[in-house]
Amino acid sequence: MIVADKKPIEEIIEYLKGKQNILILGCNECVTVCEAGGKKEVGVLASALRMYFQNQGEDVKIDEVTLERQCDHEYLEEIRDRVDQYDAVVSLACGVGVQFMAEKYHSTHIYPGVNTCFLGATEERGLWTERCQACGQCILATTGGICPVSRCAKRLLNGPCGGSTTGKCEVKKGDEEIDCGWQLIVDRLQALDRLDEYETLCPVKDWSTDRAGGPRKVIREDLKQ
Amino acid sequence: MTDVKTPSKLEKILAAGHLAVTSECGPPRGSDPEVITKKAEMIKDHVDAINITDNQTSVTRMCSLASCIHLKQMGLEPVLQMVTRDRNRIALQSDILGAASFDIYNILCLSGDHQSFGDCPQGQNVHDIDSMQLIQTVRHMRDEGKFLGGDDIKRPPQMFVGAAANPFADPFEIRVPRLAKKIAAGVEFIQTQCIYNLDKFEKWMELARDRGLHEKVYILAGLTPLKSAGMAKYMKNRVPGMDVPDDVVKRMADTPKEKQSEEGIKICIESILRLKEVQGVAGFHIMAIEWEEKVPGIVEETGLYPRPTLE
Repeated sequence: MIVADKKPIEEIIEYLKGKQNILILGCNECVTVCEAGGKKEVGVLASALRMYFQNQGEDVKIDEVTLERQCDHEYLEEIRDRVDQYDAVVSLACGVGVQFMAEKYHSTHIYPGVNTCFLGATEERGLWTERCQACGQCILATTGGICPVSRCAKRLLNGPCGGSTTGKCEVKKGDEEIDCGWQLIVDRLQALDRLDEYETLCPVKDWSTDRAGGPRKVIREDLKQ
Repeated sequence: MTDVKTPSKLEKILAAGHLAVTSECGPPRGSDPEVITKKAEMIKDHVDAINITDNQTSVTRMCSLASCIHLKQMGLEPVLQMVTRDRNRIALQSDILGAASFDIYNILCLSGDHQSFGDCPQGQNVHDIDSMQLIQTVRHMRDEGKFLGGDDIKRPPQMFVGAAANPFADPFEIRVPRLAKKIAAGVEFIQTQCIYNLDKFEKWMELARDRGLHEKVYILAGLTPLKSAGMAKYMKNRVPGMDVPDDVVKRMADTPKEKQSEEGIKICIESILRLKEVQGVAGFHIMAIEWEEKVPGIVEETGLYPRPTLE
């Protein structure tokens, strides 16, 4: 899923200065699972903002809506008849939802309420970790099902580098140690009795299907009407 | 391995069966060329080639290529270090051609330290290709005379292609397979990570010999003399992929402070003398970090001086 994290409320308040009618718009998909932008978080943010504006002596109306999805026309249509009454919408969807809103409702100010972080998994409640960078050409078949593009800080296709120590990457996130992606790959190949495959050189990668190729599309003629 | 494929002096010395000696100079954090030329002056008569580091530890410095050109203009033999962190395949190939236009005949292909260690931790890293693929790229440009894109190169680069190897990083079980992989990619010489754990290095060499790898690539053993007990502890605890055994740290710490640098040199000399006897060691890469003036003494004390001259 797409993992997002809440933006600091101070940043959101900054966007909303001088606004009178605000909609906090949640999304029932990924951001609900990672507890950044679902119905519950919409409620929490709306309450905090109400309290803030009340303390400032400002009369600001704040509504709450959570859609099934913000990345589909059909669900975004559900707010068409009311969106014009707001002078600001804070979308707690991922960057896709925020942009889809902006494209659809041209005259409404849309602000992001979360930072979209990565494609990842829930390891445990409160801990999400990255697994995929959507490079567009999956190489997991050759790496034992562990992705060096997303799990190696240098996205080495023929890793590990010399900085791998006792299974950990030379890069740390604060005090948090990161697993060396290539140690995981080697361990996995070993467990599968496929360590000999380690010596197969991974050729120079075609990154044109990655971010480098510009905004991407998937077109399925068989599904188009 | 005796076929010489490039005009590289380093390659010729190795092919002739001499133990090669290389060293390195780190470019300055400024544009004064004398920083490089002065360092080079100190070591030029005692080494066969001089590596120029490429923004080592991800700290922005004068570029490796320009520094190599300064050495070339002094009539010396540079080894252009090139990391894949900062440049995509266009820039890498372009810089290789630029270096070749100055008849720089040696290149060391590296991935580079992560940018989070340097002065621009908020910067992007590129890693369009990795160090193995850079080896392949240089070999392709040299041997096929073609760009990665397939077009012909007019006057292809003539470079002796090197890479690093760290016998001490983890996982140990793939350290030798990784060397084999670099050889398969086309590497011709290796400069290793600094060796303090000689037993482990010798074990790695033994495993490499078991696969005949020492006959497919020239392995230069990397050495960095310790300046102080503090440096030994720092290297042990803080530098990723570095293996400094406790007895080395203790030997430095047990030495009175004013004698520690001398002791560090002594350890370095003893290490070289021991490693000279290891089958498959083709030479030494002495990285005296901001201590270049010590290189001549180390080379002389280990019987590696005078350096061979070529016809």
